[in-house]
Amino acid sequence: MNWLLEFFGKADNWSGPAGIPARLLEHLEFSVMALVLAVLIAIPLGLLIGHTGKGGIGVVVTANLARALPTLGLLVLFVLLLGTASILPVIIPLVLLAIPPILVNTFEGIRGVDPELRDAAYGMGLRSGQVLGRVLVPVALPLILLGLRLSAIQVVATTTIAAYTGLGGLGRFVIDGFSTQDYASVVGGSVLIVLFALVVQVLFTLVRRMTVSPGVSQRVKVR
Amino acid sequence: MADGPPSMWAMADGPPSIWEWIARNWDTGRVDSIKNLLGDHLIMSLVPIVAALVVALPLGLASVRWRWLYQPTTGVFNVIYALPSLPVFMLLIQFTGLSKTTVIVPLTFYACAVLIPSVVDGLGAVPEHVRQSAVAMGFTPLRRLVQVELPIATPVVIAGLRVVAVSSISLVSVGALIGQGGLGMLFTRAYQNPFVPPALVGIVLIVLLALIADGLLVLAQRLLTPWVRARRSA
Repeated sequence: MNWLLEFFGKADNWSGPAGIPARLLEHLEFSVMALVLAVLIAIPLGLLIGHTGKGGIGVVVTANLARALPTLGLLVLFVLLLGTASILPVIIPLVLLAIPPILVNTFEGIRGVDPELRDAAYGMGLRSGQVLGRVLVPVALPLILLGLRLSAIQVVATTTIAAYTGLGGLGRFVIDGFSTQDYASVVGGSVLIVLFALVVQVLFTLVRRMTVSPGVSQRVKVR
Repeated sequence: MADGPPSMWAMADGPPSIWEWIARNWDTGRVDSIKNLLGDHLIMSLVPIVAALVVALPLGLASVRWRWLYQPTTGVFNVIYALPSLPVFMLLIQFTGLSKTTVIVPLTFYACAVLIPSVVDGLGAVPEHVRQSAVAMGFTPLRRLVQVELPIATPVVIAGLRVVAVSSISLVSVGALIGQGGLGMLFTRAYQNPFVPPALVGIVLIVLLALIADGLLVLAQRLLTPWVRARRSA
């Protein structure tokens, strides 16, 4: 508790490039950047593979392998190989690790749609693209959003760890504090990151509640 | 190139190849030899997997027996699951010190978040007529659970265990940032030196461990549920 008071009570911690607001913004910026890039790659790919049914096994195998990849190791490897001239070596592993949850859940969501529903949509004269956009995506939305949420959790955590390889963000308080034995900073930073992760979690729950069609979410509840 | 200071390449035999580096560091007798780190890594990833199974089975059973328990239980574990590992380790240090426990406890909670729904879904997959047949044959509730319901739930529980095993094995390495990372210590060593081979060796060994654990679980499932294959070939 004393550490928290010391950390949050210190005026220096509230201003400047190493202050809480600046670090929070950085953390948000890196997380959003990684998540957006991952979404741009994983959602179209997942929709395509789920809709055509081609390459599904590849997706599942790759995603399982990706889960085994140690975040810290990947970050260190990329930074050692590509240098620290830009933040690119840190962003690449962030995006790489953010892709699998979105990709798998999008793919599984689309593939898991009741075939009768799909056939009914075709029977009503919808074209392939329309079936995807008007029927498959809305029905698969809960799973797609679950993938996004898992990926966001992953990105927030990885961004924290990336502070070890020189990236800014809230992880700096924790990593720097730990190496200089400034435990107020470690504990304060940790609490901030935990709160940040919880807010992200709540946001995704709200988005899910607002975007998933009532008919679909009822079906999910029945399960 | 010519008029620069003599670089590390100017050394007689150059930097060691990755194989030389492994051979030199495999068993140095020190705590940070690759062999010892591998042992630490196994302990820190296996204990959470087993502990989570021990916790998740009764909690899952209770959630099936008393439905109202399920939502709050999974709710709590979902929130815990969303917490990034590094700050959780850091906050735990005050209570458990710089020990393996600091890594093992959070990993157990993460694993429970995955396993409890698996146990509940697995038991939910037991067809009602099978359950009633067991009752009609005079099975006591305990015997019904052990001989009928748990075996039928096994594939779903093992699917959850596979996710847990692979992600625990890779997550342990984050502990390196508090000096307890098993093979993850190779990553901090690589970064500090800076030298690529330890990082590569660490990644490869961790992925290999994960693949082996996954393979063993698949094997366990085949052995525990022989009827699945019998039905397929019939």
